[in-house]
Parts: sequence; C-alpha cells; structure tokens
Amino acid sequence: MGDLDSRSVGAAEPQRAGFLEPLILKAGKTLASYELVYETYGTLNAAKDNAVLVCHALSGSHHVAGYYANDPNKIGWWDNMIGPGKPIDTERFFVIGVNNIGGCHGSTGPASIDRATGQPYGASFPLVTVEDWVASQARLMDRLGIARLAAAIGGSLGGMQAMQWTLSFPDRIRHALVVAAASRLSTQNIAFNDVARQAIVQDPCFHGGNFYAQGVIPARGLKLARMLGHITYLSEDLLMEKFGRVLKRDEYGFNYDVEFEIESYLRYQGDKFAQVFDANTYLLMTKALDYFDPAKEAGGDLARALSNAKAGFFIGSFKSDWRFPPQRSRELVKALVASRKAVTYAEIDAPHGHDAFLLDNPRYHQLVAAYIDNVAEEIGAGPRQTPLALAATELAEMAGYRGNADGT
Amino acid sequence: MNKAAPILQRYDFELIASWIPEGSTVLDLGCGDGVLLAGLAATRNVAGYGIEIDDANVLASVKNGVAVIQDDLDSGLSTFEDGAFDFVILSQTLQAMWNVEGVMREMLRVGRQGIVTFPNFGYWRHRIDILQGRMPVSKTLPHTWYNTPNIHLCTVKDFEDLCVKVGAEILEERVIHAGRQVTLLPNLLGSLGVFRFRRRPT
Repeated sequence: MGDLDSRSVGAAEPQRAGFLEPLILKAGKTLASYELVYETYGTLNAAKDNAVLVCHALSGSHHVAGYYANDPNKIGWWDNMIGPGKPIDTERFFVIGVNNIGGCHGSTGPASIDRATGQPYGASFPLVTVEDWVASQARLMDRLGIARLAAAIGGSLGGMQAMQWTLSFPDRIRHALVVAAASRLSTQNIAFNDVARQAIVQDPCFHGGNFYAQGVIPARGLKLARMLGHITYLSEDLLMEKFGRVLKRDEYGFNYDVEFEIESYLRYQGDKFAQVFDANTYLLMTKALDYFDPAKEAGGDLARALSNAKAGFFIGSFKSDWRFPPQRSRELVKALVASRKAVTYAEIDAPHGHDAFLLDNPRYHQLVAAYIDNVAEEIGAGPRQTPLALAATELAEMAGYRGNADGT
Repeated sequence: MNKAAPILQRYDFELIASWIPEGSTVLDLGCGDGVLLAGLAATRNVAGYGIEIDDANVLASVKNGVAVIQDDLDSGLSTFEDGAFDFVILSQTLQAMWNVEGVMREMLRVGRQGIVTFPNFGYWRHRIDILQGRMPVSKTLPHTWYNTPNIHLCTVKDFEDLCVKVGAEILEERVIHAGRQVTLLPNLLGSLGVFRFRRRPT
C-alpha cells in the first residue's frame, strides 16, 4: 500500500456552505435555503481556472478522494481517479466533490430539519432534478470564486450532471467528461428504478416518507432496492466469475433459506446499504435519473438541445455495461457530432458492467489521464509532476464482503 | 488499423494536405494515432474527427489532441449525417476492411469529397513476387501472407472500377513511388494509389 498511499490526496476535510438565496426548482417549488457539504483537493491557482468538479451518482457523496483523519478506512469513492499520479492529478488541478441537494451525506436533504416546521422534511422535500443540482453547484463555484470550470466529470447520474453543466452554463465549463451515462434513461432503466422505488414505498416502515418521526427506517425496502440495483450495475460474467453457483453449504437444503453465495452476498450488500442510506434520497435520486432528458425541451432533438454547449466532451462507455450500454453513449456522440462539438469517444472493454466507471482499468484511466493532460495544456498548467501510475483494486463492495457467516 | 512505414506515410499525408483548403471539415477514417488530423488542424485550421477501432490508437489520438471516436468502420458511418464533411479520408486502411464497397458508399454519403490511399498491388515488384510463386512483401506491403491485416488488396485499375461501381467521380488520381508521382505506366511502376473523388453528379 506504500506506493498507493503516496498517491492519496491525504486526509480530507468536509466543508459546509450555506445558501440563503432561494433555489427555484424545475418542479416549480422553491428551496428557501440550503446547505452544501463539499471537499476540495489540490490548490486553486491564482487565475482560478484549474477547478475540476466531480459529480456523484446515485449513492455517491462529496467524499471523492482521500480519507478521514479520524477514520482512515473511509476512502473516497473515486480515490483511484483523483490524487497525485492519478488520472486527475491534484498537483495541477483543484478538485471539488459536493454532496447534492436531496442527498444523505450532509447536504440539505429529506432527513434535514425544515426550518419552517422544525421537523425533518421527509415526504415534503421537493423533487430535485439534474438541472437543479447543477444550478446549486454553480452557486458553490461562485462562492469559491470559480468563474469557469476546467472540467466537470461524472459517471452515470454524475455524467448527466457534467453534461448538464455544458447546457446550463456553457460559458462556465471548458470540458465535460461523461462516463457510463446517457442523455436519457431507457424504458428498461426507468422500469428498474420504479421497482426499486416500489420496494421502498411499500415497506410498512416507510410511513409515506415521514418515517423519521416514527423512529424507524424502511430498511427492508431499501435493502431490496439496493439488491436489485446492485445486480444491474454488474455484468453477468462478473457475477458468474465471483460467485458462480457456489453454495453456502455442501448440498441443497430444499428450502428457501440462503443457499447460493450470490444470495448471501446481495443480502449483505442490501443490509449494509440500508443502514447508511436514506430511503427518501434513494427515491429522489432515481426520479432525477428518470426525469433527465435534455432533448425533451428541444422537441426530442438532442443535437439541437446540445447546440448551445461550448465545452469539449469526453464520452466513455463500457462494453459490459448493460444498465447504461455503449449504445446510449453513441446516441450522445452522434448528437454532439451533429451539432459540431469537439467530442472524443472511447468504448472501453472492461468486464465489470456499469460499476466499471468506479474501478481501475488501465485503458480507462489512461484515456482520462490523456484527456485531462490536454485540459492542463489548454489552461497552461504544465506537465504532470508525478508520473501517472495505474493501480488495480477490486470493487469496494466486494472488497468488504468476506462471506456471511450466519448465512443471512 | 494498418499503416505503412512513417516515411511513406508522410508523403501521402503531404499530398492529402495539399488538397485540403484552409478551414475545411474532415473525417479521417482509421485515423491511427491521429497525426494526419493533428497536422491538418495545426497547419490548415481543419476541424474534424478521427474514427479508430484500435484501443492503443484511440489513446494515441487523444494524446495527440485529436477528437477521436472509437467505432468500427465496417459497421458504417451511422454516427454522421449526409454531407457532414468537406472531406472524408481513408488513408491506407481500405485494404484492411471487410466491407470496402459499403465504406466507399458511406464516404460518398457523408463527405462532399473522398480521399483514398492504398498500396498498389499492381506494382511491378509485387508482380515479380507473384511470378516467382510467392506472395509479395514490400515497403507498402510489409506483412507476410499469414499475418497481414490486408484482406482486400487491389490494383490502381481495380480501384478505378470500384469507383465506377459505387458512383464515384474521380477528381484526381496519383500513383506515387518513393515520394514521387509516377506518370509512366503508373499501375506498374507506382506503389501507392492516391485518389480524390466525389459522388458522380446525377
């Protein structure tokens, strides 16, 4: 780990920014005030033009890189991507991770206290969209004195935010790196999201979203939602390779207990997730995914919807990703080409499925590094100080799973 | 994609560049490491994209600052609209493609003009190799028969015939060898065919 430690941004410190200016949401409602929790890595240069915003996906947070001094095992979710000697190097770039509104990692969300009532928002927390997130992120950039991002990057739902930045604020972003994303969800994807939501809202402990006052959480529903989601984020080949048809015991039990290793694994993941994630946030995030569709307001013409963008685009997809398959990225590339944008597209042969965007893959990381080097050149940030070094780690969830002794 | 030796490549790039006016839009099919596009962008203010299927070449193109799109040319150019580019270039890639005719038709659809360069199988040294009973190996065809990516080799005359078949009007035809244009018996004495064409007006 010594080599990898030297490539860490080190101990991260979450910061808070309060905003009293109301945020008018796409849904028509207004968030009177809100707080964003964020982390930064590296140094903002004098020209304040070396900022890279990292947008998180469904279950991500502001803790993108590094660890916490009081919790060294709490490694940022994209630590393999960000740090000295990593694809997005913090020796040239000032990297910002922010927890989105509606999240459950510290920014104002459904579990926060509504000042108007003194109670948690719960069901009354308004639905927020990708556009709303980007608007709130722009205010944080204002606060940090950043007029124009060098880049925004994200995978999945995070990629949608990076894309939206180029549309909402075309003059405030040089490059968007959109990985394992889509310009809109497919029917199948919306269907998966709805099953996940139904699992949550039909949990008796959900209490219409106001479960906080009841002192319970809809853990069963959230667990099922996570189990379903997790299957779809991985490729069939990866699951087969990791778990096969391995049994917990030697023989079939001919009952409905946990028998196959994959059953045990999924329940473990579901339970773990249900203890740390907020059910209302899960609902809200999946709806934000479903609603995102920039072409909708341009009569279904994605190229026209993208016409105002001025940024350069890096689009990446993974061949084994069946939740956000390459075809969705190619649609985006086609529209970007039709509207004459600078776009680079790579279809990466990674075996892991959708979650590949979080994992070490030398090709993927070399491509991001090469693209980021071009961004550095554009802003005059010079060459890398620490040479790019590529690591290999397994999926964080799987790293934490060592078999469930009790078989539940 | 298969590319010839750098020196030769440079001459065919020079010739291509001389045909492309300042500020043109260009699509480079099988762009390799992207040096042609990077060069055209730097010297002629050309904007455009490279298409490349090979992972290492895609990375090399990104490193050269080229807007590269990873795709398989044999599955067509569905990413691009009709007449989207001033020039569509296929440089020493044709001979390694499965669907040569399809790509030619797609070039005519997507570009106002097409430029194709390919190793001339009719070059006299190749003919001598064949007469001696062996598959040709030369500077333009450096591979041996069992490891070559070249599956659709043709002569200058063959390519002229294909142009007629797909409805391409040849605007310029050069056959070169060792960096020089060959005017005497070009299909015999030239090793590299360089064609510029457009869709035949109907």
